[in-house]
Amino acid sequence: MTTLSDPPRADGFRLSLLVRDKRYRSYTFQAIALIALILFFGWLASNAIRNPVLRQAGIDFGFLADPAGYDINQQPIPYTSQSSHLRAAFIGAINTLIVAFLACATATVLGVIAGVLRLSNNWIVRKLMAIYVEMFRNIPVLIWILIIFTISANVFPQPSAFRGDNPEASPIFGVAAITNRGFYLPRPYFTNGIGAVADEVPADAAAPVAQEVASNANWLIVLAVLVTSFFAVRAVNAWATKRQNATGVRPTTLWVNLGLWFVPIVVTLVILGLRWEVPELRGFNFQGGILARNSLIALWFALSVYTGAFIAENVRAGILAISRGQTEAAAALGLRPGRVMSLVVLPQALRIIIPPLISQYLNITKNTSLAIAVGYMDLTGTLGGITLNQTGRALECILLLMAFYLVFSLVISAVMNAYNASVALKER
Amino acid sequence: MSDTHAESVAFVRESVIPPAPPPARETGAVRWLRENLFATWFNAILTLVALYVLWVLLSGLVPWVVNGTWQGSSLAECREILQGNGGGCFSVLRERWPQLLFGFQYPDYLRWRPVLAFFLLFVAVPPALFIMFLPRWTLIVTAIYPFLAYWLIWGGTILTPLFAALGFLAGYLAFSIVERRGFVLGLAAGLLAAVAVWWFGGLLAGEFPRFARLEAVVSRAMGGFMLNLILGIVCVSLSLPFGILLALGRQSRLPVVKGFCVVFIEFVRGVPLITLLFVANVVLAFFLPPDANFDLILRVIIMITLFASAYIAEVIRGGLAALPKGQYEAADSLGLDYAQAMRLIILPQALKISIPGIVNVAVGLFKDTTLVSVISMFDLVGMIRGPILASTAWAGIYWELWAAACIMFFTVCYGISQYSQWLERQLHTDHR
Repeated sequence: MTTLSDPPRADGFRLSLLVRDKRYRSYTFQAIALIALILFFGWLASNAIRNPVLRQAGIDFGFLADPAGYDINQQPIPYTSQSSHLRAAFIGAINTLIVAFLACATATVLGVIAGVLRLSNNWIVRKLMAIYVEMFRNIPVLIWILIIFTISANVFPQPSAFRGDNPEASPIFGVAAITNRGFYLPRPYFTNGIGAVADEVPADAAAPVAQEVASNANWLIVLAVLVTSFFAVRAVNAWATKRQNATGVRPTTLWVNLGLWFVPIVVTLVILGLRWEVPELRGFNFQGGILARNSLIALWFALSVYTGAFIAENVRAGILAISRGQTEAAAALGLRPGRVMSLVVLPQALRIIIPPLISQYLNITKNTSLAIAVGYMDLTGTLGGITLNQTGRALECILLLMAFYLVFSLVISAVMNAYNASVALKER
Repeated sequence: MSDTHAESVAFVRESVIPPAPPPARETGAVRWLRENLFATWFNAILTLVALYVLWVLLSGLVPWVVNGTWQGSSLAECREILQGNGGGCFSVLRERWPQLLFGFQYPDYLRWRPVLAFFLLFVAVPPALFIMFLPRWTLIVTAIYPFLAYWLIWGGTILTPLFAALGFLAGYLAFSIVERRGFVLGLAAGLLAAVAVWWFGGLLAGEFPRFARLEAVVSRAMGGFMLNLILGIVCVSLSLPFGILLALGRQSRLPVVKGFCVVFIEFVRGVPLITLLFVANVVLAFFLPPDANFDLILRVIIMITLFASAYIAEVIRGGLAALPKGQYEAADSLGLDYAQAMRLIILPQALKISIPGIVNVAVGLFKDTTLVSVISMFDLVGMIRGPILASTAWAGIYWELWAAACIMFFTVCYGISQYSQWLERQLHTDHR
C-alpha cells in the first residue's frame, strides 16, 4: 500500500556528492572560494615580496620615533619640530577629531532648522530651503571647501586693515577679529586653581607677560560641575513628573532648573578666576587669544553646510513619515502646535531620523580628510601627507591612516547604534 | 415641531440668499499672500528675513552676471574692460574652456573624438534609461557604446575594443548554451570562451597595431570635466555587478563567503575615499606585478570601483532584506535552485527597490571623483586649482571658475536625481 520513496541510503559517500548533493555542495563552494582568496592574496603578497622598492626598505614602523622635523600650524597639545612622527600623527588625529566634532554639531543644528523650515507654511522660506538643499547636495564638497577657503582668504580683511586711527575693519565687540588668516577669538584661562602652567618661554617677545596661570586641568573641575548640574536637573524633573502623576499638576521647575544650571558654574568660574586673553594687534598681526585658522574655518563651515543639506532631507523625511493622524489626534487632545511637535511628532520622527544621522556623522568624519586640500593639519595632512613624503614609508603610513579612520568609524557607529537601540520601538 | 416656530418666531426667511462673493482679503493674490507669507507674525518675520536674504544674494549676483564681460585674454585686460563696474570676468571661461573640459594635455586636434563620444552618450544611454518606452533591441547600442567610446577617447587599433566586445559576446553565447546543464558549468564555459577570445584578440592586436588605427592618447593626458565623467561612468558601471555579488555574498549562508564580504564592505565603508586614492597612488603598485604597466588612471579606477561597490552592496542588501520572506520561500517551493531563484525572482524585485539608493550612490560617487585632484590628477577641480589659477594671465580670478564648476556638477547631479525620482514613480507598479 505505501509507496514511500526509498529513504536515502546512509551508506557510500561518493565524490560526486560534493557537487550534486545540497548537503555537501556548500563545503565545495566554500573550499573553492577559500582557495581562490588565498591564491589572490598570495599573488598580491608575492608581488610585494618581489617588488624592488619594498624589498629594499622592508616594513618597519620604527620611523614613528624619529623627529618629525616639520611644523604644525594648529597644536592642541605641545609640539615642536623635534617631536616624533608619532606625536605629529597624534596631533593630526586630535585636529581631525576637533573639526569632525565641530562640524557634526553645527551640521545637526543647520540640518534640523533647514529640514523643519522646508516644511514650513511659508512659501518663500520653503523655496529658499529647497534651493539651499539642492544646491549643496548636488555640488561636490571639495568644491565647497575650496570656495569657502577662497572667500575667507580673499574677502575677509587683512590684519593690517585693523590698524590706524580710522581702520577699515574693527574687531567684533572689541574682542574677536575676523581676518583673512582666520578668526582671532579670546582665550579663557584661570588665575586661581589647581596646578600651574610650566614656565614656558614665550614664542616671541611680543607675547603677553606670563602670569600666574592655573593649568588646564581646571577645565576638568568645570566639566565635573556641569555634569553634576545635569544630574541634579534630571532629578528635579523626575520629581516633577512624579508629582504630576500623583496630583495631576506639574510643579514649575523652570527657575529651579535654570538656577541649577547657572549658579554652580558661575560660582566655580569666579572662584577659579576666569580671565579672557583678548587678541591684540601688535606689529603686523594679532597676538594672543586663540587663532582659528581659515583652513579650519573653511573645512568646518563647508562640511557643516554640505552635510546640513543632507541632514535636512533626513529630518524632513522623518517628520513626513509620521502620519497625519498623530498630529490631528494630538491637536484633538488640545495640545498647542509647539507641544504637538515636541511631545508627539519629534519623539516618533527621531527614531526614523537617527540611523541616517549616524551615517551622516560618519560621512563628516571621513570627509574631514579633505583637509589636505586647504592645508589643515589633520591626520591625513600629517601622517598621510608630510610624514609619508618625508620618510617614504607609504605602506606603513597608509595602513595606520586607514586603521585610525576604521577604528573611529566602527566606534562611532557602535555607540550610535547602541543609542539607536535604546530609542527604537520595543517590538516583540 | 418645526411648524410651532411659525407662530413663535417673528421672521422666517423663505428664499435662499444669493451667494455673495468672498471678502476681498479671502480671494486671489491677497489670500495667497496671507496664507503663504503672512499667516502669523512669526511667519511674517520669516518672510521679511527671507526677502532680505534674497535681496542680498541677488544684488550681488545680478550685476556680476549682467555687467560681466566675455572679452579679453587676461585678468588685466578684463579689468580694463570692466572699469570696476562689479561685473564678472567670464573671459577666462571662454579662453580656458577646452582646458576645463579636456585638461591641458589632450591634443587639440583630437578633441573632436571625446566630443563625439560625449554626444554619442546621449544616443547610447536612453535605451538603458527609458527601457519601458523603447524596443529592447536598442540596448545593443548601449552595449556597443563603452567599446566605441574607449576607442574614440584613447585611440589605438580598433582590434582591442573589438575583441574585448567579442569576448563578452562569446562568453554570453557559451553561457547561454551550457547554462541548461547547470549554472556553474555555464559560468565556467562563458568565462573560458571570453578569456580565449581576449587572448586571441590580444595576440592579433599586438600583431596588427596599425589596423583601423586612431592616434593613441595616453591616459595621463585625460583631464578636465572629461576625466570626472570618465571616472564616474566607468566606476559606477563596473561597481554595479561587484556590488550585486557582494550583497549576495553578505546574505549567503556560507560562512567563508559571508565573512569575506562583511569584512570587505565594512573596511571600505570605514575609510575615507582619499586614503583609497593614496593607496592607488603610492601603495597599489607594490602589490601588482613589477613588470605590468598599470597607469595611474587605471589604478584609480580600480580603487574607486572597489569603494563604490561596497556602498552599492549595502544599498542592494537593503533591497534584498526588504523583500518579503514569502518571495524566497515561493522560489524554493517552485524547486528553483539558488541561481535561478536569484535571477528570476529575487534580484529583479530587489534591484527595483534599490534603484533610488543606487542612484544616490552614483551621484555621490560622481561628486567624489573630484577627489582625484588631491593626488595630482587634473580633473575639473585640479585644472582650476593648478594650471589656471597658477597661470600669470589668470591668477587672482576665482568666482567665475568656481561658478562654472558648480554649474557643471549641478547640472549632471541634479539631472540624475530628477531622473531617479521619475523612474521611481514609473516603477511604482505595486498597490500601496
